[in-house]
Amino acid sequence: MYRNVRRNLGLYFLLLPAVVLVVCFAYKPMYGVLIAFKDYKPAMGITGSPWADPWYKYFIKFFKSFQFDTTIRNTLFINLYSLAVGFPLPIMLALIINQMHAKWFRKAFQTITYLPHFISTVVMVGIIMLFLSPGSGLIGNIYRLLGREAPNLMGSAGAFSSVYVWSEVWQHIGWDSIIFIASLSSVDPSLYEAATVDGASKRQKMWHIDIPMLIPTAIILLILRIGNLMGLGFEKVYLMQNDMNLKASEVISTYVYKMGIISAQYSYSAAINMFNTVVNFILLFTVNQISKRISENSLW
Amino acid sequence: MIGTAVKQPVKIRRNRSDLIFNLFVYGFALITLIVILYPLYFVIIASFSSPYAVSGGNVWFYPVGFTLDGYKELFKYGDIWTGYRNTIAYTIVGTFIGIAVNIPASYALSRKDLTGRGLFTFLFVFTMFFNGGLIPTYLTIQDFHLYNSFWVMVLPFSVSVYNIIVARTFFNTSIPPDLRDAAQIDGCGNIRYFFQIVLPLSKAVIAVIGLWTAVGHWNSYFNALIYLKDRNLYPLQLILRDILITNNVQSALGTGEAAQIALRLAALMRYAVIIVSTLPIMLFYPFVQKYFNQGVMIGAVKG
Repeated sequence: MYRNVRRNLGLYFLLLPAVVLVVCFAYKPMYGVLIAFKDYKPAMGITGSPWADPWYKYFIKFFKSFQFDTTIRNTLFINLYSLAVGFPLPIMLALIINQMHAKWFRKAFQTITYLPHFISTVVMVGIIMLFLSPGSGLIGNIYRLLGREAPNLMGSAGAFSSVYVWSEVWQHIGWDSIIFIASLSSVDPSLYEAATVDGASKRQKMWHIDIPMLIPTAIILLILRIGNLMGLGFEKVYLMQNDMNLKASEVISTYVYKMGIISAQYSYSAAINMFNTVVNFILLFTVNQISKRISENSLW
Repeated sequence: MIGTAVKQPVKIRRNRSDLIFNLFVYGFALITLIVILYPLYFVIIASFSSPYAVSGGNVWFYPVGFTLDGYKELFKYGDIWTGYRNTIAYTIVGTFIGIAVNIPASYALSRKDLTGRGLFTFLFVFTMFFNGGLIPTYLTIQDFHLYNSFWVMVLPFSVSVYNIIVARTFFNTSIPPDLRDAAQIDGCGNIRYFFQIVLPLSKAVIAVIGLWTAVGHWNSYFNALIYLKDRNLYPLQLILRDILITNNVQSALGTGEAAQIALRLAALMRYAVIIVSTLPIMLFYPFVQKYFNQGVMIGAVKG
C-alpha cells in the first residue's frame, strides 16, 4: 500500500487544493455547529464561550417560538406544492419532446424552453414583481382586458405559494426535462420497431416503452426531492418576501438568516439551522431505505 | 394482395389515432412555446415603450410610443457599471479557480489505484448532505479574514461536489485505462500524464464545468449578500436587487407630478435593466447549449 501511495504521489497533489478548501470551508464550519449548544460570544471564540444552560436551550427556544409552526408549515407546504406540480410536468414535457420528429423543431423547442433557466433569481423576481404589479403590470392589464379588477398577488399571503411554484415551473421545466430526455434517448430502437410490427399506436408505445424507461431516473430524483422537503432555498423566497405576504413566506432558511445575520443571535440561528439539517438528513436516509426495499433504486 | 387488403383498415385506424396524438403533441408544444416566449418578448418591447403605454395596457405585440429613455436613465446609473465590472471579474477568476480545483480532484478520484479513494470520495459527498449552516460558515469566513474581500466571492466555495462527480464519471468512461499503462511504461509520471494526455482529451467536460461555474457566478447574489459590505465590491446581482426589488423611489419623492414621472421612468428602467443584465448570457447560451446538455447527460449516467 505504501508503495502504491508513493507511486501515485502526483495524484494526491491534484487532489490537495480541493481537500484543503473542503476542510477549511465545509468541515471547519461543521465544528462551528457547537455554538448551537453554547452561549456564543464572538470575543471568546467557539471553545471559550460557556455552554448553554441547559445545553439544548436554543432548540427549546425555537420549538416554543411562535415562528416554529409558521416556518415549518410554510416550508413543508411550498415544497409539497412544488413537488406535486414541478415533479410530473418536466416528465410530461420530456415525453412530448421525445415525440417530436421534425429535428429542427425539436431543437428550436428545446433551446427556447431551456432559455428561462439562465435568468438569475434576482431578475426573475424582478420580472414577477413588474408583471404582477396590479396598477401597471402585464397580469393586471390582462385582468382589465377581461373587464375584471386586478388582484395584488404579491401583497397577498394566500397567493404566495402559487406565484412561487408556477414561476419556478415556468423557469425550470425545460431544464429539468433534460435528464429525462437523456434517459429516453437510450431506449433501444428495436423496441419501437417490434411494437410497430405488433400494431401499437404512438400513444401505446409512449405508455408501455417510454414511461417504464423513465421510472428509475424519476425515483432517484424523487428521493432527492423528498429528502429536501424541509430545505427550501433561501434566494428566491427572500426576494419575494414583503410585509404583506410574510405570514405565508417566512420559511426556515429566511428565519435562520434574519436571526443570525440581521439580529446577530448566533447560537439561536445555528440551532435552528442544525435542527433543519438533521431533519433533512433523516428524511433523505429514510426515503432512500424505503426505496431500496421496494424498488431497488437507491442513492447509495 | 390479399394481405394488404386485410391489413389496410387496421393501418388507417392506427394512422387516425396517431394523427390525433400528433395533433396533441404539437398543440401542447405550441402552447408551451407561447407561454415561455411571450413574457420574455414582453419585457423586450416594454423596455422600448412609453411607460404610460405599458402601464395603461396598450403594449401587447410591439413597442408603443418608442423611446430609449429607460436605457438612457440606466447609463446614468453608475452603480450598474461598477456591478458589471465586479461581476465580470468574479466570473472570470471564479471560473478559473473552479476548473483548477475541481477538474484535477475529479481526475484523481476517478483513478481506481488511488489509495484512500473511498475515503476521499466520502469526504466530498458528505458535504452535499450535511453542512455547518449559515452562521458557523459565516464565522469561519471571518476567521480567515475573508469577510468583505474580493476573494470571498471566488475561493471558499469553489469546490462543487456535483461537478466533481460529473467530471469523475467523464474520466471513468472516456479515458481508456490502457493509455495510463502505456504512458507509465514510457516513464511518464502522474502529473505530467494528467496535464499532457488527459486534459487535452477532456475539453468537453472542462467546457461543461466551466460554463456551469460561470453562469453560477454571473447569477448568484447570496454570497455577496452575506459576505460583502462595501458597495464598490457588489456584483451586478446585488445592484439589480436594489433597482428591481427593494427600490423605493416613491417614498423618496413624495407624491407630486415630478414624483409620478420619476416613478414611471423607474419602471421603464427596470425593464431596460433586465435586458442589459441578462443579454450576455442569453446571447452566449445558444452557442454553448450542446455543452450544457452533454454535461447533464454525463451526470445522468451515474448521479
